[in-house]
Amino acid sequence: MQIRPILSTLRHHKLTAILLTLQVAFTCAIVCNVAFMVAKRVQRISVPTGIAENELSAISSSGIEKGENMQARQTADLAALRAIPGVRSAVAVSYSLPLNQSESSSGICPSKQALDRAMQLNSIDGSGCVQPASYDGTPGLIATLGLQLVAGRDFLPDEYVGKGKPAVAIITRALAQKMYPGRPALGQSMYDGDHFIRVVGIVDTLLRPALRKPGVDGDSLIWPQRPDGSGVTYVLRSAPQDRQRVLKAAEAALLQASPNRIIAPGQMQTYTQIRRAYFQRDTTMIGLLIASALGLLFVTALGIAGLANFWVQQRTRSIGIRRAIGATRGDILHYFQTENFLIVTAGVVLGVVLAVVLNLLLMTHYELPRLPLWYLPIGALALWALGQLSVLSPALRAAAVPPVVATRSV
Amino acid sequence: MFTYYLDLARRSLRRTPVLTGLMVLAIGLGIGASMTMLTVLHVMTDDPMPGRSAQLYTPHLDPLPLDHKRRGDGPDPTADLTWPDAMALLAARRGVRQAAMAGGSLLLRPERAGLRPFYVAGRYATADFFALFGVPFERGGGWSAAADAADAQVVVLSDALARKLFGAGNAVGQTVHLGEHDFRVIGVTADWAPKPLFYADQTGTQYSDADLFFLPLSVAVSQKFQVSGNQSGWGKGDSMSLTSANMSWLQFWVQLDTPAQVAAYRQYLVDYSAQQKALGRFQRPPTNAKLYGLMGWLAHENLVPNDVDLQLWLALGFLFVCMLNIVALLLAKFLRRGGEISVRRALGARRRDIFVQLGIESALIGVAGGVLGLAIAQLGLWSIRQRPDDYARLAQMDVPMLLGTLALAVVASVLAGLLPSWRACRVAPALQLKTM
Repeated sequence: MQIRPILSTLRHHKLTAILLTLQVAFTCAIVCNVAFMVAKRVQRISVPTGIAENELSAISSSGIEKGENMQARQTADLAALRAIPGVRSAVAVSYSLPLNQSESSSGICPSKQALDRAMQLNSIDGSGCVQPASYDGTPGLIATLGLQLVAGRDFLPDEYVGKGKPAVAIITRALAQKMYPGRPALGQSMYDGDHFIRVVGIVDTLLRPALRKPGVDGDSLIWPQRPDGSGVTYVLRSAPQDRQRVLKAAEAALLQASPNRIIAPGQMQTYTQIRRAYFQRDTTMIGLLIASALGLLFVTALGIAGLANFWVQQRTRSIGIRRAIGATRGDILHYFQTENFLIVTAGVVLGVVLAVVLNLLLMTHYELPRLPLWYLPIGALALWALGQLSVLSPALRAAAVPPVVATRSV
Repeated sequence: MFTYYLDLARRSLRRTPVLTGLMVLAIGLGIGASMTMLTVLHVMTDDPMPGRSAQLYTPHLDPLPLDHKRRGDGPDPTADLTWPDAMALLAARRGVRQAAMAGGSLLLRPERAGLRPFYVAGRYATADFFALFGVPFERGGGWSAAADAADAQVVVLSDALARKLFGAGNAVGQTVHLGEHDFRVIGVTADWAPKPLFYADQTGTQYSDADLFFLPLSVAVSQKFQVSGNQSGWGKGDSMSLTSANMSWLQFWVQLDTPAQVAAYRQYLVDYSAQQKALGRFQRPPTNAKLYGLMGWLAHENLVPNDVDLQLWLALGFLFVCMLNIVALLLAKFLRRGGEISVRRALGARRRDIFVQLGIESALIGVAGGVLGLAIAQLGLWSIRQRPDDYARLAQMDVPMLLGTLALAVVASVLAGLLPSWRACRVAPALQLKTM
């Protein structure tokens, strides 16, 4: 196929061809960046929490009776909850669960030197100390949440405290590696202010209640501490399909055990609901991003097809002449396909540059990371395929023009 | 001439129905997406107090010690005032009206049978709050400064809460058991909730929150009621007590009617800070004290989530590509009509006439695209209202946005038609006519 005649035809339609090229370029730039944003968000919402997500549900209760003995209340509540058919285990936590937004955190230092450094700097940053999310709960928390204990042991019954600071803690593997790189963390003493805490166990993964950034999202520790406030969240483990029923039964059981409490309707949730609520904005955004990328590709395809259609109509006579002097149907088909390929290629080349520029803009304004370069050839391929698909029908129509048209006046 | 051009445009568009349909669809999609997001942004950045916002200001002081380091992702402690500072500004009475306030959530035990106890969100405020913000009352009214000083246990209810507690009857004079104390109802507000709730602490969900009760701030402090919102402490010892000089938790608003009053108040804040610095309480430069207007404060808080911002840019990018698409299609269409244009030129039409004729044709596409865009935008807004975000419920198009949609569509299509029309009206008639 000769490219020369195509180029000279395009020169006649310079402005139109340039506009189409620009459209392809902008589509390529936006679609590449949108695809990258979708990938980032999908990665964010699929982060593992480390707990048995589809077997858990949570119900929060806040006591409104003054001077009530909260420890006794909890013990009675837990007994009532464990008696519900289908409940395999139940524990009480103060409020924190992975991804439920209610986070409590405090600075923890791996050594006395790090603690002194932090005091001197009046800040955690750069001192070697970290700020893990802290979880608490009644005995059986590790088993109920389904956490993987990879080293050490669970808490002993006499290690649990009500008020005050416990002397031991279980930490996540991520936290262990950050605080004690290259050393076994088990048995180490961490500094929490002026008193120290011994690490007795390490769990594989336990995500924070509120995500910050990927490097610190896995920094969590568990205290052997019973909730002691008037508000408490009960975590129930049951078969996945039993969860809604178990929650209803739990509400009834708790109100029967003591009516002097408030169970807000929004605070009876399966863990699946908690997770979905946390990532709701991201899932909406993923939907919108995909819709807008598809919309863009659709409009560009329409533009290419519309213009090609128009050009075929306009050139019917010259196509007829070419056919009359010996061009085959294939030649005509290839002519339009090549023409489209040239325009899209020009657009893609410009689009790749624009994609990088757009990414730089997004990086400065929306904390988006750098666009991996392999997105660019994929975007280019997609637009080439889109161009060829949209031009196919007009090109086939052109190829079907009979040579006899040449003898008629238009 | 206009009707003639309109008729020409109509005929021309009907000659190429597919191409016309494509252009209308493209502009409709672009306008629909953009207007959906512009409407969301419009309702989110709208003036919550039309007619009053220009007189409302919020003062901010900087009582932080020099070595205080703010945690990167934490709230700004200087966004709120400490108790001693708020009381000093209140006592100085330098504004036309001024009030200090904070949000709170209290347990309410209803006496009405069949109602279980529930938590209710409201505001602790000083006496001027109602006059300052022009809160409309259904019955009764607010309390006086004397009631503030006397820790009077009085409460103003919102109409929704009054109806819930007392049905259709008169709530004024009744007693409400709030936060384990008895409060006498002295007023019921009419339906009133600025969107966003600009005077609330910025940690809340300001687009969906509303205050259901109002009670004197002095009572909340003396009864140690729970305060919602951010409480930033930075000192040692008593820093977490509400009256501490080292904990900020109060919002403060003041009414200033003239530019002179605004300038005087600004100076007063600097003077006050300098005085506190001389006393050794403040450590940072007195010029850190700031006075924000209502809209300026909302801009400073930046309530619009990044995601909404990004969605708007995405929609505008989409509109831009759609417009490129239309320019290309119009260009091809107009240039093909060289013959017709040449005949009209030869018959005496000026270039300007051709330009106007083609412009009207583009505008007609714009009107059709605008109507389609309006439908798409309504669909988009409906889908936004289904989201659980706190601003979702506000996503409604008002009349200016409705007209704006049509205007934007017409402007966009006329803009898109400019280049093609200009190219088309420059064809050389003689050359074209020869080839016909």
